[in-house]
Amino acid sequence: MSTELDALLGQKWRKPPLVKRAWLRWALGIGFTAYLIAAFMTIDVNWSRVYEGLDRGAAFILAFTSPDFVSRASDIWDGILESIIMTVAASVVGIVISIPIGLGAARNIAPLPVYLVCRGIVAISRALQEIIVAILLVAIFGFGPLAGFLTLSFATIGFLSKLLAEDIESMDRVQAEAIKASGARWLQWINYGVQPQVMPRLVGLSMYRIDINFRESAILGLVGAGGIGATLNTAFDRYEYDTAAAILIIIILIVMALEYLSGIIRAKVQ
Amino acid sequence: MLRLKKLVKTYKTGDQALKAVDLEIPQGQVLALIGPSGAGKSTMIRCINRLVEPSSGEVWLEDTELTGLSSGGLRRKRREMGMIFQEYALVERLTVMENVLSGRLGYVGFWRSFTRRYPQESVDEAFRLLDRVGLLAMADKRADELSGGQRQRVGICRALIQNPKLLLVDEPTASLDPKTSRQIMRLICELCEERGLAAIINIHDVALAKMFVQRVVGLRFGAIEFDGRPEELTPDVLTTIYGEEDWEATIEKVDDEDDEQSDTSLGKAAEVAAL
Repeated sequence: MSTELDALLGQKWRKPPLVKRAWLRWALGIGFTAYLIAAFMTIDVNWSRVYEGLDRGAAFILAFTSPDFVSRASDIWDGILESIIMTVAASVVGIVISIPIGLGAARNIAPLPVYLVCRGIVAISRALQEIIVAILLVAIFGFGPLAGFLTLSFATIGFLSKLLAEDIESMDRVQAEAIKASGARWLQWINYGVQPQVMPRLVGLSMYRIDINFRESAILGLVGAGGIGATLNTAFDRYEYDTAAAILIIIILIVMALEYLSGIIRAKVQ
Repeated sequence: MLRLKKLVKTYKTGDQALKAVDLEIPQGQVLALIGPSGAGKSTMIRCINRLVEPSSGEVWLEDTELTGLSSGGLRRKRREMGMIFQEYALVERLTVMENVLSGRLGYVGFWRSFTRRYPQESVDEAFRLLDRVGLLAMADKRADELSGGQRQRVGICRALIQNPKLLLVDEPTASLDPKTSRQIMRLICELCEERGLAAIINIHDVALAKMFVQRVVGLRFGAIEFDGRPEELTPDVLTTIYGEEDWEATIEKVDDEDDEQSDTSLGKAAEVAAL
């Protein structure tokens, strides 16, 4: 037995700490706790206002027990239809545009200049929040679903291109290399070597994005970009919580249906 | 047929994987490339069809110099070099038939390949090859449903349907059991003989290499240390290639016909060679 081993036997063993310097470790811990306490102290709650608001909250929740689908039926129907049209159109356009951008934004298949341009597009699209884009586009194109459609397409590009590019970057290189070795041209290489590897993820992400787009279309109505959100906003403004509840229930049902559909589709393409 | 002249590959990290390698392979010769891990075997094979760009030197395939080719010219020449990979490198989500037909990609246009409408003679040839390796029934299975040996046979079909003049084979038996390894090596060598193909087989298993090939080249630190017939591989030679080790188990004569008994000795030899 070696002397180093002898020295170690019988000693307790602990996992080495993440931060090696003891003073730094303690300083970080104390600093974080102090910040947390200070942050909580700055939260200003007006308890009497909360007490009054409870009634309104209760009215809102109670409205779900008696949702009113009927009295504004034609408004709700128009709004839902507009939202669905916006969602489908924006998702299709967004997905079609984001596939080439996603290919360009994957470092392992795109040359550097293309990569930088595509990553730039992705970064801009992701940096601008939907509502801000919608306000800008409403200012340009006026109230209505066109602004909402363009906003959702733009947001889809940032979301899908980025995640698609990352999936391409983590694919199995050798499978793609084998296709290249056969003398395939670039498009054939993408079609045989890359696409089969990323297809399930692309389909799953696309379904998820359709889901997001539908929910976003309900929000975009608040800034005048069309869809069910406009109807919802009006209902809130008139304190018609039963109509608002009906709209929310319809949104929830549609999102659940989309979730179910996406489960079926993803199981098919696996 | 294939000539390498002063082929050098230096990676960005500064590692010199190949140091001015010269090699000439005549028509129809099957050559085994042996050497320790990191000796540059995979790099050398990949420099020939430029999956890895050589730093300098020349690669001649018949009368064409490959390192100076444009991307279009390179694609046309890649069609003449079939490649078989370690761990098979099949596209796992495609069917066996699509994998085999992907070997024809260099010959068909994008739309034909995209819509999977290959010319009838390609389809017939794919069926003939699958039948030759005993996988005809598997044609419409997905590649990830196959066992290791079956996958490698699909890999062989994919390389052969290119109608190549040269096969580049990278560790074909690395993840296979000893018996399947032999079957795969035998299949590759038989097919090369049937079609008069030259081949470079990059292989760890020295005993297995000696059983099937006419010529062995030993690579160490990116330079050729040995070039000769398999019988000339003595313990001294193996020591110059791999370093000090007891080589008796590796070079003892193994009888090819007696699979039962020799599989065990082969397993041992594989162990030794893998060190």
